[in-house]
Amino acid sequence: MAWYTEAMSENERVSAEEVRRVAELANMELTAEEETRMRRDLNAILDYVAQLGELDTAQVAPMAQVSEVLLTEGKQATEESSVLRADQPRPCLDRAAVMASAPETDGTYFKVPKVIER
Amino acid sequence: MKTLAGVPGIEAIRSALTNKETTATELAEASLRRIAEADGTIHAFLQVDRAAALAQAAKIDDRVAKGEALPALAGVPFGIKDVLTVEGFAATAGSKILEGYRPPYTATAVKKLADAGAVFLGKLNCDEFAMGSSNENSAYGPVRNPHDTERVPGGSSGGSAAAVAAGMATATLGTDTGGSIRQPASFCGVVGVLPTYGRVSRYGLIAFASSLDRIGPFTANVRDAATVLGVIAGHDAMDATSSPRPVPDYTAGIDRGVAGMKLGVPAEYFAEGLDPEVRAAIDGGIEKLRAAGAEIRKISLPHTKYAIPTYYVIATAEASSNLARFDGVRYGLRAPKPDTLADMYRRTRDLGFGAEVKRRILLGTYVLSHGYYDAYYKKAQQVRRLLAEDFLAAFREVDAIVTPTAPTPAFKLGEKSDDPVAMYLADIYTVTASLAGICGVSVPCGMSQSGLPIGMQILGRHFDEATIFRVGQAVERLTAE
Repeated sequence: MAWYTEAMSENERVSAEEVRRVAELANMELTAEEETRMRRDLNAILDYVAQLGELDTAQVAPMAQVSEVLLTEGKQATEESSVLRADQPRPCLDRAAVMASAPETDGTYFKVPKVIER
Repeated sequence: MKTLAGVPGIEAIRSALTNKETTATELAEASLRRIAEADGTIHAFLQVDRAAALAQAAKIDDRVAKGEALPALAGVPFGIKDVLTVEGFAATAGSKILEGYRPPYTATAVKKLADAGAVFLGKLNCDEFAMGSSNENSAYGPVRNPHDTERVPGGSSGGSAAAVAAGMATATLGTDTGGSIRQPASFCGVVGVLPTYGRVSRYGLIAFASSLDRIGPFTANVRDAATVLGVIAGHDAMDATSSPRPVPDYTAGIDRGVAGMKLGVPAEYFAEGLDPEVRAAIDGGIEKLRAAGAEIRKISLPHTKYAIPTYYVIATAEASSNLARFDGVRYGLRAPKPDTLADMYRRTRDLGFGAEVKRRILLGTYVLSHGYYDAYYKKAQQVRRLLAEDFLAAFREVDAIVTPTAPTPAFKLGEKSDDPVAMYLADIYTVTASLAGICGVSVPCGMSQSGLPIGMQILGRHFDEATIFRVGQAVERLTAE
């Protein structure tokens, strides 16, 4: 496909080494085949994303939550912004019910491979 | 609009139960029969709980027999996308990584449906972790479009859309992060609602992108969609982003028509890439709205072309964080015989996640990583504000906005599965509302020459669902004429 060939002929945004580094950060193991595929796809997607650079956003505040634009509209600002509940202790999920779904447990804790060698 | 194998609507069910023309048990049996007949091909359901459905139906019949008042959705057979939890009932999110997981709690939206007397049939197939536009990313196999089984039902809530279209359920719940309710509704010829962000509690929804994820209904007609949304909407202490605003009766003004309403038609949604048959159907629908007395105004949403890249940065960044919890410790799959803790994490995630989920986790991790955060993530959040402001400005001029839901009718299985960017473009008209947090609905608006449904998307102001239902109801009535 055209977008793909062009992407590969220019400077690649993501190298094989970077794909491996990002996979490590994400706690993922990739086969050599997956690594090639992911590198190709990430470069294609990031080339497409690069068009955001056309916009001057120096004066624009980042928007992390929808409630932020409702505030700027001045629509019942307090209703949307203060929905935190009172800080009171409440019962939580039953431990046995939670542990029932764990791959390995002693009933009280989740069990994992040994982390520290004594 | 007709479904392929008509299911009774909510009002018909209510009056038939009240007049003792049918029973909830008969209705549940009819749905279960339809699933048994058709779902071998369609594959909308991942699990069906026959015993539980019949037990719930029996309770409703008991209430009818005793002459008790019936709750709003008494006897209405429903299914839920398998990213929503039901206590003790396996939840997969369409992924191998949650194999064996039985959540210890029930999603608020599902509990509200059950409390209103609706009868739970089972859980519906979807793209893995709701990531996809075709339902081909389910680890349990694709869903097929009931209108043409060579074609996809859309995604990621493909099973939820197909179940209503094939007459297996009167209502289903799906989730929409970038178009995952509206686009499959369009492909399958049913109604699909994206409620305003904060309108429906997300408690019990397995998170994909928390600032975008929403739960909404699929039904065969607009009035049923309004009824179901009225039941599932409202504040919930378990979701801090759920809004305390009161929930209006969405069906109250639904038949008022569009005379005198100002409807915006954004030029950017009718540009290059729009299938000619879809364009003709939507243009035809708009002309009917004009003839019915709506004032049609050309508007501009100038940042539209930046919506897809903005979405794929923000959604994947949030996904990389949300999906970090799937590591083989607390639930689901664990890779056999790990050497070390790190080895367990990596092999579990390698084994459990499919290709699209891995791709999005990697992209999200990359855009959040040191040195790229400002260039990608912060930039996308800034453009997100510009996209939201486009809508706020437009809604000072018009009451609602009408567009195509998707650029094409349903495409064939395999057609886009090797090209992520082409697949992402299937959401080009839906991601904008997702980013802005406004509400929307896809309503059937004609068919292609080859008999594939085409959906019209109606977008409304934050918390103004009543208006989009009113326009949707008019579209439904006008296109049926």
